[in-house]
Amino acid sequence: MKLLYFAWVRERTGVHEETWSLPEGVTTVRGLIGALSGRGPGFAHAFADLKQIRTAVNQETAKLDDPVSDADEVAFFPPMTGG
Amino acid sequence: MTVRVQRDDFDPGAELDALLAGRKDIGGVVSFVGLVRDFSDARNVGALTLEHYPGMTEKALAAIEAEALSRFDIQASLIVHRHGRMEPGERIVLVITASAHRGEAFRASEFLIDWLKTRAPFWKSEDTPDGPQWVEARAVDDAATERWS
Repeated sequence: MKLLYFAWVRERTGVHEETWSLPEGVTTVRGLIGALSGRGPGFAHAFADLKQIRTAVNQETAKLDDPVSDADEVAFFPPMTGG
Repeated sequence: MTVRVQRDDFDPGAELDALLAGRKDIGGVVSFVGLVRDFSDARNVGALTLEHYPGMTEKALAAIEAEALSRFDIQASLIVHRHGRMEPGERIVLVITASAHRGEAFRASEFLIDWLKTRAPFWKSEDTPDGPQWVEARAVDDAATERWS
């Protein structure tokens, strides 16, 4: 799967874009965040407060309980500040 | 009905003329330009950098514009949103709405800019005396989005 990180989520993880294999048994955005949080202190810091995290699956806004598959593009970012 | 995401500045007058060229069905046009301020809450701002999500940004803006078209009787519209680094006084975003009658154009303009704030994947970082700071989403912007639902 393709993972993208933006703004302070990118800064904390230290990654902008990567290819990653969805771990077996992970089926939702929430599960994916849990798996990513275990990758190190930067990831744990980035995902420490889920209220501050927004996600998109295949470039559409997603919720924590939405499904994910290994073929998806999933992005993580703070609340948007456009305009 | 057009959406553009670009690094470069835009010319609001030229954009407005291009949108209206040859049209005889438009009675009123509203244009909104968002600018970089040199202050924010309690701090000075030297410059603003907008990060975005290429691909999703264009889709999100097109979806927001389509939503405006379904809600308001507008005959033409344009959204131009910049990304990258901008100095105070520079233009960030342009929203133009055109309608046979002014009321729909005013309402559609306000709707578009309200939704852009919270539903377009941009993130602002301000250069401040304490270093770069990510701009936090504002409750007042969430409320402005919600009032249209």
